[in-house]
Amino acid sequence: MVKESSLNTDPDVVIALHDCSIQFGKFRAIDRVSFNVHAGEVFGLLGPNGSGKTTLIRALCGLLNFSEGEASVFGLNVRTQAEKIREQVGYMSQKFSLYGDLTVQENMDFYCGIYGLSRAQAKQRQAELVELTGLAPYRTRSASKLSGGWKQRLAMVCSLMHRPRLVFLDEPTAGVDPVARRELWDLLFRLASEGITLVVTTHYMDEAERCGRVGYLYLSHLLALGTPKDLKHLPTITPVGSKRWEIRGGVSAEVLAKLRSRAGIHEATIFGQAVHALIDDNVSLNDLKAEGLDILAADANLEDVFVTLARQASKENGS
Amino acid sequence: MNLAAWQRIRFIAYKEMLHIVRDPQTLFFTLFIPIVEMFLLGFAINTNVRDVSTVVVDFCNTQESRRLIEQFENSGDFEVLKYCDSEREAQAYIVAGNAQVGIIIPEDFSRKIEAGQTSPFAVLVDGTVSSIAAESLNVGNAIALRASLGQVLKGKELPIEARPSVMFNPDTRSAWFFLPGLMVVMCQMLATILSANAIVREKESGTLEQFYMTPVRRGEVILGKMIPYVVQTAIEFAIILLVMYTIFQVPIRGHVLLLFALLLPFTLTMLAFGLLISTKADTKDAAGQMAMGTIIPSIFLSGYVFPIDSMPEIFKTISYFIPTTWLIDAARGILLRGTDWTTLWQHTLVLWIMAIVVTTIAALRMRKQV
Repeated sequence: MVKESSLNTDPDVVIALHDCSIQFGKFRAIDRVSFNVHAGEVFGLLGPNGSGKTTLIRALCGLLNFSEGEASVFGLNVRTQAEKIREQVGYMSQKFSLYGDLTVQENMDFYCGIYGLSRAQAKQRQAELVELTGLAPYRTRSASKLSGGWKQRLAMVCSLMHRPRLVFLDEPTAGVDPVARRELWDLLFRLASEGITLVVTTHYMDEAERCGRVGYLYLSHLLALGTPKDLKHLPTITPVGSKRWEIRGGVSAEVLAKLRSRAGIHEATIFGQAVHALIDDNVSLNDLKAEGLDILAADANLEDVFVTLARQASKENGS
Repeated sequence: MNLAAWQRIRFIAYKEMLHIVRDPQTLFFTLFIPIVEMFLLGFAINTNVRDVSTVVVDFCNTQESRRLIEQFENSGDFEVLKYCDSEREAQAYIVAGNAQVGIIIPEDFSRKIEAGQTSPFAVLVDGTVSSIAAESLNVGNAIALRASLGQVLKGKELPIEARPSVMFNPDTRSAWFFLPGLMVVMCQMLATILSANAIVREKESGTLEQFYMTPVRRGEVILGKMIPYVVQTAIEFAIILLVMYTIFQVPIRGHVLLLFALLLPFTLTMLAFGLLISTKADTKDAAGQMAMGTIIPSIFLSGYVFPIDSMPEIFKTISYFIPTTWLIDAARGILLRGTDWTTLWQHTLVLWIMAIVVTTIAALRMRKQV
C-alpha cells in the first residue's frame, strides 16, 4: 500500500490516516487505522459506544497524540501543527456544549472572539449563519432555555463561525426529534455542497445511509470502509452458500423463535411485520411455506452489515 | 503574545465575568458569608478569659477570708456564682459544669495568718477548657502572692512592680487579632473554590472539550479565567476591610495599598491551587472537598487561630510554606502595627515566589491533561 499520508500533497485529500494507533496505558483505543477523507465528502464514522470514534476525532484535532502512524489534516501534521489545524476545523460534540447561562448572541460572540474574527467579520458571519439556521428569534434567549433541536443548531453555528473547511460532528443528532434531525441533515448537505468536508459519527442507520462513505469502527479496529452500497455487497456479509431472506406473515415473534431453534440460520431478527435472516442454502424452509408464510429474497441493510462484521470480529478475537 | 492571543484572553475574561454576574446566588453567598463570619468572630468569640463562674466555700468566714474572695472578684476574671456550705456541694457544681472554679478557704485560714504560719487555701480548677484553667491558675497564684506580700510589707509600698503596657491593641480585643486573619482566610477560600469551579464546571458541561477544539492555548485559558477572579477576590477583600474598619474599628495604621500589593501574589497562588484541584477533580463536589482539604491546614497552621510561636518545631517549619501564614502576618502588621516596606519586602518576595511556582505547576499539569 502507498503511504498516502506521507506524500499527501493532494489538495483533494483532507484527512489522511496511515496505520494510526492510540494507546492509553495497556488499552489500545485505536488500532492501526488507515483511511482518507476527500474534500467535500460526507464521511460517516460508525461503531458501538467505546469503539474509538470520539478518540479518533480528538486525536485528529491534536487533543490526543497518535502513538503510532502518520496522520495529517489539510496536509498539516497532526502531531506538530495541531493549532493550525484547529483554526480551520469546526467541532460539534455529542452533548450540548455551549454556555447555558449565556444568551444565544453571547455564545456566538464568544466563539467569534475565540476564533479571532474582527467585529465586522463577526457581524457579517453571524448574520449569514442566523439566516441559514433560522436562529434569529432566539438571539436574546439563554442557551439553556432552547429546545434540543435549536441547541444543536446553535452549537453548529458556533462551530462554523470561522468558516472551517472541515467539520467534525460527534453524534450531532443524539436525542433530537426526527423533524429537527432531518432539518439538521438538510443543513449539513448545504454545507457539503459549499465544499465543506464533514465527518459525522452516528448510531442512526438512516443517517449512515445518507453519508457518501462510511467507516465502521469496532473494538478499536476499522472493520469496513466504503459507500453504504459497497458495504451491503461485501462478500463477508452474505457468505457464499447462504442467502438473506425476509419472511412475512404470521406472528413475527413466533416465527423468530422457530427460526432461531434451527441449525444453519444466522442473525434472525424482527423488522416490523417481517423477520430477516441469513440462512444457509441447504436449510429447507418448505414447512414455513406450507404454513402460508411469504419468503422473499432480501438485501442486507447497513444494520445487517455492522452486526455481521461485529460478530465476526468478536469470534476472531475470542478464538 | 500576539494580537489574536490578547483577543482570546479578553473574550474568555468577559465570558467568565458574565458567568459571575449571571449567578447572583453564588455572588451573594461569596460576599455574604464572610460578613456573617466576621460578626460571629468579631462579637461572639472572645478568647480573653473573663467572668469565669466560680463557687466559694468559706469555712473561715472572717474579714481576711472575705477580703481574699473580694480580690478574686475584683480581678474581673472570676464571677462568684454561689457560696456553698460544703466541699462536696462545690465539687458537684464543677462536675455538673455549672462552675469552672471552686475556692475553698479552711476554717483556720485567719488564725494561721495571725500566727505567722503559711495559710493555705484551695483553688479547684476544671481543666477541660485549657485556656480557662491556665488563666485561673495564674490569676489565683497572683492573688495569693499579692496577699502574701501585703501581709509581709504591712502597708509599705511594693519594692518592685511591673508596669505592662499593651501596644497596638491596648484593650487586648480578640476581634483585632481574628479579623485580619479572617479576611485572608476568606479570600483564600473564595479564590481557591472559584477557580477550581471555573474549570470543573466546564468539564461537567462538556464546554471545556468544545473550548479546546478551538485554537485557544492553555495559557490563555488560565489567564483569561484568572483575571475576573482576581478582581472579585480584591472586591471581597475590600468589603471585609471596610466592615472591619467601620464596624469593628480595627485600625489601619499602615498603607492599605501595600496590603493590596501583597494580596495580588497571594490571590494568584490560591487561584493556581484551584486550577491544580480542577485537574484532579471531575465534579464540583469533589473539587469542593479537595479545596477544603487545602484550606483547613492553612486555617490551623497559619497563625490565624493558634499562635505559630507556640507550635512544635516541625509545624512551625510547615507554616512557613503556607502562603496564608505570610499574608496574615503582613495584614496584622500593616493594620495593627503600621509595619512598612522595610520588613514586608520579605513577605512580598516569598508570596511572589509561591505564586510563580504554583502557577507554573498548574499550567504544566493542565497542559499534560487534555
